[in-house]
Amino acid sequence: MGGTLTPQTEDEVREAIVWAINAGEPFEVVGHGTKRSISPPTQAAATLDVSGLDGIVAYEPEELVLTLRPGTTMAELAAEMDKKGQMFAFEPPNLAPLLGAVGEATFGGTFATNFAGPRRLTAGAVRDHMLGVHAISGRGEAFKAGGKVVKNVTGYDLSRALCGSWGTLAVATELTVKVLPRPETEVTLVLAGLTADEAVAAMSRAMGSSADVSGAAHLPAEVAPNGVTGPATALRLEGFGPSVSARLSHLQTMFAAASLSVLDEAASRALWSAVRDVTPFVGTGHAVWRISVAPTAGPEVAKAAPAGSRVMFDWAGGLLWVEAPITGDAGAAALRGAVAAAGGGHATLIRAPATLRAEVATFHPSPAPLKALSERLRNAFDPQAVLNPGRMAR
Amino acid sequence: MSGLAMPALNEATLARRAEIVAALRAIVPGEGTVDDETGMRTYESDGLTAYRQLPFVVVLPETVEQVAAVLKYCHENEIRVVPRGAGTSLSGGALPLGDAVLLSMMRFNRILDIDFANRSATVQPGVTNLAITQAVAHEGFYYAPDPSSQIACSIGGNVAENSGGVHCLKYGLTTNNVLGLEIVTIEGEVLRVGGKHLDQEGYDWLAFMVGSEGLLGVVTEVTVRILRSPETARAVLVGFPDTENAGSCVAAIIAAGIIPGGMEMMDKPAIHAAEDFVHAGYPRDVEALLIVELDGPQVEVDHLLERVEKIAHQFGATHVRVSQSEEERATFWAGRKAAFPAVGRISPDYMCMDGTIPRRELARVLQGMADLSTKHGLRVANVFHAGDGNLHPLILFDANQPGELERAEAFGADILRLCVEVGGCLTGEHGVGVEKRDLMPEMFTEDDLKQQQRVKCAFDPHHLLNPGKVFPTLHRCAELGRMHVHHGKLPFPDIPRF
Repeated sequence: MGGTLTPQTEDEVREAIVWAINAGEPFEVVGHGTKRSISPPTQAAATLDVSGLDGIVAYEPEELVLTLRPGTTMAELAAEMDKKGQMFAFEPPNLAPLLGAVGEATFGGTFATNFAGPRRLTAGAVRDHMLGVHAISGRGEAFKAGGKVVKNVTGYDLSRALCGSWGTLAVATELTVKVLPRPETEVTLVLAGLTADEAVAAMSRAMGSSADVSGAAHLPAEVAPNGVTGPATALRLEGFGPSVSARLSHLQTMFAAASLSVLDEAASRALWSAVRDVTPFVGTGHAVWRISVAPTAGPEVAKAAPAGSRVMFDWAGGLLWVEAPITGDAGAAALRGAVAAAGGGHATLIRAPATLRAEVATFHPSPAPLKALSERLRNAFDPQAVLNPGRMAR
Repeated sequence: MSGLAMPALNEATLARRAEIVAALRAIVPGEGTVDDETGMRTYESDGLTAYRQLPFVVVLPETVEQVAAVLKYCHENEIRVVPRGAGTSLSGGALPLGDAVLLSMMRFNRILDIDFANRSATVQPGVTNLAITQAVAHEGFYYAPDPSSQIACSIGGNVAENSGGVHCLKYGLTTNNVLGLEIVTIEGEVLRVGGKHLDQEGYDWLAFMVGSEGLLGVVTEVTVRILRSPETARAVLVGFPDTENAGSCVAAIIAAGIIPGGMEMMDKPAIHAAEDFVHAGYPRDVEALLIVELDGPQVEVDHLLERVEKIAHQFGATHVRVSQSEEERATFWAGRKAAFPAVGRISPDYMCMDGTIPRRELARVLQGMADLSTKHGLRVANVFHAGDGNLHPLILFDANQPGELERAEAFGADILRLCVEVGGCLTGEHGVGVEKRDLMPEMFTEDDLKQQQRVKCAFDPHHLLNPGKVFPTLHRCAELGRMHVHHGKLPFPDIPRF
């Protein structure tokens, strides 16, 4: 029979895990559960809800450092950083609408999944901004790694390494993150009418220019959000006003032969939040894949999507959001085969009904030697498998 | 190696030397296996020259198969291995052991693939940091992390140490610029992680490997991201009558939303040493000197320079000079870049430290360092990556004076303790190695260090890779794996029982 523990302090988290070890009763670890439906169901009847460990511990804008507890919501953090003109540069997506979840995503869940948005292309993922962690291991022991300064190579880089481990190694109780100034303004240049191949070539040219593009997405006609006619290839410029203007004219000259339009700050923000949150696929009921490959491989991998799919390209072609009809394996074998043929990457099943989840692995299968090493790493942190058993398996 | 305890020599290994050398020679024939004293002398030390040790035998493989075979042989025969890149480590990361195979990766010197469309370069680990930039510069690209040893240091060593450089506040450390690795484990298994795509699924092996100081595996291939070179760069030289205002000026620049390409600070002793050496035109009558470099599009650089100048004046700067040409910008940097050799001119020896502090503590730390200087009777000069709080105090001493090396080491340890005390860390970019190994407990508890060592055990259960580095006490993996759970107590008795 299941139940939920709601610790409020680091020590209570530790006690709960010690109890789990003794009782042989593993936990599913959750915050607000907005991304809970992504992973396969855990083999745990009991729940450890750590959303009660919340609040900002210290925010030092001039040091570019923010220390927080994992249950703090992304919305609260964004509001606090906004007051100081700062942000998380990894542009965290809000996937709750896509996944049909209610509630506010927490930093803990963002850390556990390492999902970053369009600016990941140039600014890095969540893990690139992690500076320090306090956590309780699956052994029931408190440990810390990293620190509270932006440059630190003392010991293994565990605050980064625990990011994206889906709560299977340890439960974070305090996290320190690097924050950065929010750009003064932004605009987006839209190239109309390109095919996916032409779009990726254009985005590659733009990324290789000195225009300092901070977002590059291609939206075929069938996924173009409100206010934009597709196919639209969007190039975002952010920064100080005079710099943005100069770089915009640079790009306009570069792509003079294309059909161009410019989205002002408000329209640009709206477009990129739709790309970030995968708004075109909200509420459709189909399966959704998130695929990362080398940018130039994007169009080829997209062709492997099953008939009736819609594809949106972010990260200059390197991130594919594929919405696929729920028939057969929803394109799993074809898409994963195409990823391998394209030189590597991964295809993650983000949204799927339980029946499909039972058939198709959520995460891209890893090669045998990495699987074995993963198992040894898991044992190093959580030998009794009390934290999210089954979540990262397969 | 006085004062530095290294793992006790494995007598069984020592006794089998001839047999082991023959076995290694069978894997890496000819000049690839070096066992004569003269040949091995080259490898007895790295950039931390205070410590020297002749290796047991040196192996220079050329292929991944050879690396795998060497490691597999060493694993099966319980022989220790010290991996080495260019040997520029400032923390003794590549210090040999008397019973360990020194595995030099410098024959892995080829650039394998440059992919401008995907903005990546794949190279072998022995390629130097600068060579990557040189290989992509003709198309206007570069590799961003630029440790000051970039002419000599290898990318494999950069991965091991998570190297930084003056531009890392804006462009990140090595870990933020590595996309993929090929790794050979101590068991001789070849793993490939990451690639030209962004992010990995599963555990973040890149995060574990980058900065692991050669303790987890041997890197045989590195894929890095390359960036378009900034259109232009200009620097401004700012002098302050006191360090407190200099620190506040740095904070104000960042609070204004400006992340400069580089932001360096020097204190008075460093300014004087550099000016005497290279005549960069630094003012002598200031307590602190800042070099702020803006890079990017011309319009942006000009716009931000104006803002920086304004902020500098607000904080009472007595000297503000903006570079008017590429030549003048180079001159501003010449002094800073020559700071180490400049200090070398005024002292027979110097020791370079590497702590990071929260910037707001700068004035307190500099005062603390002045007090420590008096206490230990040795001079200190400071250069400082001001943007990210990474301090490089240079302790001046004379190794020929009995006891001075020990005093310098004690002074250095006190400085690092001070860094930790104010909320900073032991090393910002040079690594722990042997140099800061015994100070790890200043920053980490026994449980913190044990958890780190369990990671080591997952990769290398017999502690064969680079033992004696990073961790002050080596625990057996079997001991670390044991669980000590206190029995009984159910927390939260008031909630429903499961």
